[in-house]
Amino acid sequence: MTEYTERILTEGPRKDAADRLRLVWLVVIPLIAVLSQVYVPRFIPFLAYLELPLLITVHFALSRGGPIPALFYGMFIGLVQDSLSHQPIGMYGIVKTLVGYFAGSVSMRFDVQNPLVTFILGFFFYFFHQFFYWVLSRALLGETLAFDAQQTLIFGLLNAAVALPLFRVLDKLRVAS
Amino acid sequence: MDFFLSRYRHLTVLLIVISAQLLLIAYQVKTSKDIPLIRVWAVTAVTPVETGLELVRRYTWGFVEDYFVLLGVRSQNEKLRRENGQLKIENNYLKSELSTADRARALSVFQARSPSKTVAARVIGNGTGANSKVVFVDRGSTSGVESGMAVVTPDGIVGKVVDAYPTASLVMLITDPTFAAGVVSQKNRVHGTLKGQGHAECLVDYVQNEEHVDLGEWFYTSGDDRIFPKGFPVGQITAAPNGKTFKEIYVSPSGMQGGIEEVLIVLQAVHQEVPGAEVAAPGYSILAAPTEIATQTPQGAPQPGALATDADRLRAIYKDAGIEQKHTYGEGPPGTKPPDFTKIPSIHGVPPPNAAGQPLAAQAQPAPAHGAQAQPVQSRLGQTQASQTQPSQTRPAQATAAPPKPTVPVVAKPKPQPPASADGTDDEPPSVAAAAARPGDQPTVAAPHKPTPPVLVGPRSPGPSSNPTPATTPAPVTSRPSDARRPPDINQ
Repeated sequence: MTEYTERILTEGPRKDAADRLRLVWLVVIPLIAVLSQVYVPRFIPFLAYLELPLLITVHFALSRGGPIPALFYGMFIGLVQDSLSHQPIGMYGIVKTLVGYFAGSVSMRFDVQNPLVTFILGFFFYFFHQFFYWVLSRALLGETLAFDAQQTLIFGLLNAAVALPLFRVLDKLRVAS
Repeated sequence: MDFFLSRYRHLTVLLIVISAQLLLIAYQVKTSKDIPLIRVWAVTAVTPVETGLELVRRYTWGFVEDYFVLLGVRSQNEKLRRENGQLKIENNYLKSELSTADRARALSVFQARSPSKTVAARVIGNGTGANSKVVFVDRGSTSGVESGMAVVTPDGIVGKVVDAYPTASLVMLITDPTFAAGVVSQKNRVHGTLKGQGHAECLVDYVQNEEHVDLGEWFYTSGDDRIFPKGFPVGQITAAPNGKTFKEIYVSPSGMQGGIEEVLIVLQAVHQEVPGAEVAAPGYSILAAPTEIATQTPQGAPQPGALATDADRLRAIYKDAGIEQKHTYGEGPPGTKPPDFTKIPSIHGVPPPNAAGQPLAAQAQPAPAHGAQAQPVQSRLGQTQASQTQPSQTRPAQATAAPPKPTVPVVAKPKPQPPASADGTDDEPPSVAAAAARPGDQPTVAAPHKPTPPVLVGPRSPGPSSNPTPATTPAPVTSRPSDARRPPDINQ
């Protein structure tokens, strides 16, 4: 085991940094993320693929260092998303609850400040989010949505690429606050 | 239980949260009801921010965007203005060209269909003088234009040539106060004289108050003036109040509607029938013509169909004479020598005169013995020869031969021809002047220098009162079988 991998496995979550997140940012940042998902594609349709609420949820879960707060945070963001959609309330809530839970659980095992880990987690949770939403839609609502795995993989890569600078910016905001 | 909860605390919370949301979804799907409270909160929290963002965007980025857009507006506006001006000029030019082409095409069609020989001319200027209504056209004597020629358009008459120069002509419009022309109404056949008034409308004068005309009725040229051929439209009646003696009939000239730019100068005029003439109801019933009149020839042989009237039969006579002498009526300039009507061998039942030039009246003496009736000759319709009481005044050259079977009246009307020239030398077929100048020839007799006198032969020739004929109108020649014993008098 190298020093690098040992550090990833043993350093643990950054509990000290997560504690400095203020409540304002906990509310404003998800709101901005949801707003950007609603408002920005109106002018730049290409950015509709960007799942900013998911990335915020993942960042919160990784930085908070615990599955319980993360799952509630994910549930909150998901319910807000559901409220602004035409689907029954709870679809995005369940998916993001699971994402928050698993991301919070992962954060206790890996060094989430590593860019490679951040990229992989970002890609994985995007794919998991899209796939689980598709399963829930078919299972709970009986909808016959098509799941384009290739497109989802590409969009997962793009979201993971966006997650790298986004997480860096959110970390800066957290430290500054 | 406590061990389970403490060991699997995270998982338990997850299951509870997931289960709660599953129940929420199940409730919504089962009841088809929404959870409005959550949505209201979310929408209330998001939409004001969204509205603010939109306002900010509009007044920041939108303003910047508009600024950059407006930067090029001034130059673009100038460019568009120039293009608009050029397009307007081009549009007006094309409209003018199209209008000119339409007028030229109408003139061309009219020129091709009109029997008269015409030459197209373009108005190139107006004459001087405040009240004079004259224009210059670009055709002159080199194009065959002469003074006195009619100027028309497809819509109607325009004026007449008053001066012809080598390259241009001066045309007096029909609105000129000194202009006059003979006209006849289409429906009621009222004759009058068209006079210019110096303004847009013309006056038809010399129509008795007792005559009836209708508003909107068309006037056509009557050919009486020897300038305008008969049958050209003049205009519609706009007002026709009674005057002191004559009606004051105002006519809106149809040939000058919308101005005149291209006209036709009539070089060789051919009379036409007034188109679409509606004969007004006389107010009393008229019986149909007797069968023998309508069907029999002067010889008594019925000819149904083609020669239905006496005028047609007489016309055929002159036509045959023209064919024999290889003369085509209506061709040739004014002054062309007419056919020699004195050499007509026989007028369908009228025997040729004797070689000695014996008065035909004398030949008519034995007519009663043959059971036939002599035919006096009228040179003019309505002027039955008063020589019935003057048999001694019979001139040798003016006699009428008694036909062998003169029982069938024949009324012939010559085909309308171009107006005769002033000296009466036009090539009109029934030149009675020529007939009168040659003693001992055919019995067609009429007053000299009278154009196109139709010959009326038959017992039912109209009386003088019913056929008033002006001096310039065609003068029919009448022969009456019942007046066979009367010496024909052609003294006019």
